[in-house]
Amino acid sequence: MKYIRQFGIILVITFVGELLKAFLPLPIPASIYGLLLMLGLLITKIVPLEQVKEAGDFLIEIMPLMFIPAAAGILLSWNTMKEILIPLILITVITTILVMAATGKATELILNLGSAKSKETEDICHEESTM
Amino acid sequence: MKNLLCNSLFFGVAISIIGYEIGLSLKRKFKWSILNPLLISIIIVIASLLVLKVDYDSYYSGAKYLSYLLTPATVCLAIPLYQQLELLKSNWKAIIAGITAGVITSLTTVLILCFIFHFNHAQYVTLLPKSITTAIGMGISEELGGIVTITVAVIIITGVFGNIIGEFVLRIFVIENKIAKGLALGTASHAIGTVKAMELGEIEGAMSSLAIVVSGLLTVIGASIFCNFL
Repeated sequence: MKYIRQFGIILVITFVGELLKAFLPLPIPASIYGLLLMLGLLITKIVPLEQVKEAGDFLIEIMPLMFIPAAAGILLSWNTMKEILIPLILITVITTILVMAATGKATELILNLGSAKSKETEDICHEESTM
Repeated sequence: MKNLLCNSLFFGVAISIIGYEIGLSLKRKFKWSILNPLLISIIIVIASLLVLKVDYDSYYSGAKYLSYLLTPATVCLAIPLYQQLELLKSNWKAIIAGITAGVITSLTTVLILCFIFHFNHAQYVTLLPKSITTAIGMGISEELGGIVTITVAVIIITGVFGNIIGEFVLRIFVIENKIAKGLALGTASHAIGTVKAMELGEIEGAMSSLAIVVSGLLTVIGASIFCNFL
């Protein structure tokens, strides 16, 4: 029963996400509205973590399976794709690698700046206390 | 036999799960990263459909129940995110900067490469949302006049490729911080990259989930500007 209840809560939040998508004129899918809503409900503790945790973890665990049907759908667009297949593959490979590197490096750069700064203030405090 | 397979409601789900299980056991046995369970299951499903001459629509009439779970599963990505909320709060500047850098890199690289390959406007806007989650990407492509089926295919190829090559790219570019790793995977290859991030650890998974949302929303704005450039 616990899992049914948890799954029920998740589906209700997903449904509200669909409603938001239907009423708001933004190009944002139901899943993103639902994710933000779930986050808000967890933060405000209106939905406590224990009420969705197990069912949520299960859904996340089997998530890879959910991509298989859409991926196999490449069969359908194959004829349109094959004319530009080589550039398409090159663009996918190059962009994916560059985006990964740029995101990771930029994040580390700002993180290091931040930690260097906080270390500096720590040092100043330390010097002052020793003086 | 063929008729039986085409009419079966459970064939689609069964072949997908069997494919994934074969992928998992191959991965466990040989430990090569090219033996990605998702990639193997996709190849097995496509090969079975071609060999057994089952058309995609019959397969999908059963397999759609797997896709059906994708929206609630994406909603649940809020759970790991919530569990890492403190980390998010104390590092929000680096997080926003990292994802923004990734989104701008994605749009700019697509622009430059489409220019080099003499792609027309429709082909260009088809590829602009390639790094983000399918649902938002489809919307952008449609809105800007792209070819939606190709957008979906390219988004999925991007995800699977990012999932396979992710660990290698992070190692080559010496990206070691867990927050940076998660954001890199999520920004470059959305939910399918997030599957890999979840394998790496809780922090990586949460950051990758966050990157799906933020990069998706930033790309909505970014693509509407970039669509004017080619």
